[in-house]
Amino acid sequence: MGRAVGANVRRKDGDAKVTGAAKYIDDISFPGMIFGATIRSTIPHGEIAARHVKLPGGFVVADYHDIPGKNYVALIDPDQPCLAEHIVRHVAEPILLVGHADRPRLIGLEQQVSFEYLERAPIYDPEASDTCFKRISIDKGDLDRGFAEADVVFEGEYRTGHQEQLYIETNGVIAVPGDEQMTVYGSLQCPYYVHKALVVLLGLPPGRVRVVQTETGGGFGGKEEYPSMLACHAAILARKAGRPVKMIYDRVEDLLATTKRHPSIIRHRTGVTRGGRITAMDVEVVMDGGAYATLSAVVLSRGVIHASGPYRCDHIRIRGRAMLTHTPPNGAFRGFGAPQTQFGIEAHMDRLADEIGIDPVKLRELNALKPGDTTATGQTLGKDASALPVLREAVRRSGFREKRRKWRGTTRGIGLSLFFHGSGFTGGGEVKLASKASLELTARGARILVASTEIGQGTRTMHAQIVADALGVPFDDIDVHEVDTDFVPDSGPTVASRTCTIVGKLLERCARDMRKRLGRLSPADYFKKHGSFTVTSQYEPPPNLLWDDEGYKGDAYGSYAWGCNVVELEVDPATFEVRPINVTAVAEIGKAIHPMMAEGQIEGGTAQGLGYALIEEVVMRDGRMANAQLTNYIIPTPLDAAPMKVVMLERPYAYGPFGAKGVGEMPIDGPAPAVINALRHCGYDVRSIPATPERLMNAPRQKAEGKRQKAG
Amino acid sequence: MIAIINGKRRKLDVHPMKRLLDVLREDCGLTGTKEGCGEGECGACTVLVDGVAVDSCLVPAAQADGCAIVTIEGVARARSGRALQDAFVKLGGAQCGICTPGMIVAALPLKAGASLDEIKTALAGNLCRCTGYLSIFRSVQAGLRPSREALRPTRKTRVKGKRANAR
Amino acid sequence: MLADDPTLTPIAGCTDVLVGLHFGTLDKRRFIDLWPLDDLRGIRLVQDKPKGLSPHARTGGDKPSGLSIRIGALATFTDIIKSALVQRRVPMLVAAAREVGGAQIQNRGTLGGNIANASPAGDTLPVLSAANARIVLRSASGERVVPFNDFYTGYRTSVRQPSELIAAIEIPPIDGRQWWRKVGTRRAQAISKVMMAGVRGPEVRVAIGSVAPTVLHASAAAAVLSRGGSIADAQAALRSEIAPIDDIRSTGDYRRQVAENLLAVFWKETR
Ligand SMILES: Cc1cc2nc3c(=O)[nH]c(=O)nc-3n(C[C@H](O)[C@H](O)[C@H](O)COP(=O)(O)OP(=O)(O)OC[C@H]3O[C@@H](n4cnc5c(N)ncnc54)[C@H](O)[C@@H]3O)c2cc1C
Ligand code: FES
Ligand code: FES
Repeated sequence: MGRAVGANVRRKDGDAKVTGAAKYIDDISFPGMIFGATIRSTIPHGEIAARHVKLPGGFVVADYHDIPGKNYVALIDPDQPCLAEHIVRHVAEPILLVGHADRPRLIGLEQQVSFEYLERAPIYDPEASDTCFKRISIDKGDLDRGFAEADVVFEGEYRTGHQEQLYIETNGVIAVPGDEQMTVYGSLQCPYYVHKALVVLLGLPPGRVRVVQTETGGGFGGKEEYPSMLACHAAILARKAGRPVKMIYDRVEDLLATTKRHPSIIRHRTGVTRGGRITAMDVEVVMDGGAYATLSAVVLSRGVIHASGPYRCDHIRIRGRAMLTHTPPNGAFRGFGAPQTQFGIEAHMDRLADEIGIDPVKLRELNALKPGDTTATGQTLGKDASALPVLREAVRRSGFREKRRKWRGTTRGIGLSLFFHGSGFTGGGEVKLASKASLELTARGARILVASTEIGQGTRTMHAQIVADALGVPFDDIDVHEVDTDFVPDSGPTVASRTCTIVGKLLERCARDMRKRLGRLSPADYFKKHGSFTVTSQYEPPPNLLWDDEGYKGDAYGSYAWGCNVVELEVDPATFEVRPINVTAVAEIGKAIHPMMAEGQIEGGTAQGLGYALIEEVVMRDGRMANAQLTNYIIPTPLDAAPMKVVMLERPYAYGPFGAKGVGEMPIDGPAPAVINALRHCGYDVRSIPATPERLMNAPRQKAEGKRQKAG
Repeated sequence: MIAIINGKRRKLDVHPMKRLLDVLREDCGLTGTKEGCGEGECGACTVLVDGVAVDSCLVPAAQADGCAIVTIEGVARARSGRALQDAFVKLGGAQCGICTPGMIVAALPLKAGASLDEIKTALAGNLCRCTGYLSIFRSVQAGLRPSREALRPTRKTRVKGKRANAR
Repeated sequence: MLADDPTLTPIAGCTDVLVGLHFGTLDKRRFIDLWPLDDLRGIRLVQDKPKGLSPHARTGGDKPSGLSIRIGALATFTDIIKSALVQRRVPMLVAAAREVGGAQIQNRGTLGGNIANASPAGDTLPVLSAANARIVLRSASGERVVPFNDFYTGYRTSVRQPSELIAAIEIPPIDGRQWWRKVGTRRAQAISKVMMAGVRGPEVRVAIGSVAPTVLHASAAAAVLSRGGSIADAQAALRSEIAPIDDIRSTGDYRRQVAENLLAVFWKETR
């Protein structure tokens, strides 16, 4: 066989999605079901002094008193209440839950439910905050020595804003109370996160909580931790009402209340020789965590590890901190800290190149990580370190050098970015997770049992391809079990570019084990003779993968994917509007299990990255998102789609399934810095994103003829 | 209201200002039409009313009275419907799938052989966050010229350097 | 019906009304549906009433003088885009209609609704202003015609009485090159940050949206250009005419700067 991997087989979920048959959470109902709504704080910080609730009969009302277990959303730190008790730390913090059988009755409850507050001073500037969620330091070599070797020391500060995931399906769940069990159905990425949160909140043994994923209309990280909160709310109401409760956010509530990408401030001080060799990198990373810890610690972790970019340098110091502000908590979003820090380094690299008067490609070529080099954490890279190949491919494919020369001084610009992205959980994360995957023999083939969710990226299809080939049966004979915690083992969350390279690998092992047991028999023959059996495998780290979490040293990831983007754009000098006219995206991802779906990840992630770079802006006023409507938080439309050339290179990763690394997140690392560098090429010196027309108008203008910038 | 929905005549007792979207989802059980915003921005709720693409979240029931309505559930009955659906599966036009019903319905009024610009214009009111749109354009292009060749399970996307794009 | 009960809200394509209802910004509960009124839908030529017509109008080629184009209030943006008559006589209106929302909004949103909604960001408004259009208002007691440039009295207010409907828009022949530009940051589904319509003929006319509480007929800037003044002088005149503000979509500074820049682009592109 061996024909599914590498082929564009038909997506398992395709037909249901194009006919309208696929059931998303809001498409489902249960007998006796009522609807739930959340009443939220209207101030950024303060004490709840009084609660006024005047609701007629027919409403179910619940607050923190109705929580049987512990009142926090179990994730990393137990700091975020599921329902505020006395203190609120951000606008739109949940305080009260209301249920009613008639959905429209839940709109406009402000008249009947209100709170009085004793307000406290809010903090919005992460650098002015005195509460730090997490600090991380990475030290390599001797920074002073590195700067002593430098001819030039160059500094820069770069800023990134919030970004909303903007899945088109808003968050939603249904909680169904049973005699024995609480079941929550929902649009979610991580069923076992939700499961854990419910167990803690309800004070139930794990067996009495069940989580089922429904078809999920996009996640991008936005449905990584937030559904735990929402599931807890629905479960509280369902318990109180004794009836199933459906809670679906409308778009405004989803924008106001749920997580966004962490805004960041990145500062670089870099030592470089006249010849362009980087001798020292001193990096400071500040992330705005919002009001509760949620995932900030791990976002920061991935952020700092990627902060020095795909470059070799012997003397590195990286200091990162995630700070509290009185805004809704920021959380997981595709890329998870790496897009922010790689924006910083890549924007800095072009300014550095200008400073010492060398070509930005040359500067990158001189410093790019190669096989055998060590990263900031001291990880020695294997043969699949592909910074140079992706850079060269992108430069060649895009005609970078020629356009760079030809367009100088015009309204067109071309810029590039070089980046990498670790696959899987950082450091010891995968070992701690100890994920499992199972494979069950069926009458015609095998059934996959994993907790990895299909959120559009093609999980079901890609896993089935791996199993089909490893088991040696046709793709169509592989089924995928619904993601239901009563049936599937905990394969860890569907995040961190790990679903293919980590969980896929577990499945490959299951399939090979199953094949051993089948011997020469086909699954059907074996099934007829002996019946079904199930194989389970659990994560084991590749040999020699070492990580020291105290010193932040060692092998941060099993593998890295590598990327280079070239963005060509045009600036309208009258309106400062920027139009990307061409994008070249080169990605080295080990092995493309399903080339078309991998390309879909790259195209989609790149488009999201262009939005991040240019137009997507969360306007925060007094701790509240002031533009919480799709009319005002704007994302690219079909007319904004830039033509893209996607090139995938394959340098197999020895411990990935069929050589595959992760591909989901990396595409969003590169577009923003490539855009900023292209803008710099047209003479606009912007150092923060989004580079809106308003920002561009006010940006310092450089002389067209590549005059050097002074340090500062 | 009385309407012909996906070819079937339906008599529905609804408030005249109820959104057509809710009428379809709640009163007709046609949940294929999605709500992404409720404000006319995302196009996930697109249906055809008398052959014209509209956002069903912005149409009051009264204004659909006496009209012929096509939703994603009825697309396969239309001229290019099935081919469009198949192309979306084969060419990666549907990822998470939440925008897909609206995209396919919005593409339905296009003529066979429509240009890329015409396709973009027809879909301008439909947001997708997964695909970056390019695979949707490819799907619509292929669906509108349903020759055997265009729809063979492709290996058009090739690794190592094959240019893989609509333009 | 409106005469009997002016608390009724007329509804046309509902692209504004239903958004307002959804977000609770509209508290009206009783509506009167205009959508079925087909006689408010057509686009045709009508004999011009000389009142208010530019004295410069002259006969020429395909622009018959003495005939105005009359667009029914219920004409949708799609109707306008497809109309050969509008394409020929008011191409800037077609250009503006093409950039409204997306296809679904163009299929439902009406010209009358755009005017009645009276948003300073209404895209057709600068066009109608620069075109010296007239609004035909109809009530139970008959019709009256109001010059578009006298229609609005302030932010979202107009001379229209609650008992009146907008029946149609009349656009007299336009002498000169027409120009349109919308600045919305994305290329579809965009609320304008600034938009400008211009006519360059014997008389120059410029109108701008989103820079003042209502659409602005920039007569001072246009006068500078009409009498052959420099672009810099016209921009200076414009600066004193507009009063753009900061909001969640953009800044007053940006709107002012871009309005000035667009004036120069208009002048350059219609040379
Ligand atoms: C997603 C989206 C995008 C949009 N994009 C744009 C855009 O790019 N540019 C733009 O300008 N607008 C835009 N709009 C706004 C809207 O589509 C337009 O203003 C449209 O012209 C309104 O027409 P309608 O027929 O839908 O009006 P309705 O919603 O039916 O009515 C709007 C108002 O006008 C009144 N009214 C309607 N017709 C009449 C009449 N004949 N006489 C008296 N009063 C009347 C109503 O009572 C109501 O107050 C957008 C709206 C949405 C939802
Ligand atoms: S739900 Fe109707 S356009 Fe978004
Ligand atoms: S496929 Fe997910 S939004 Fe389009």
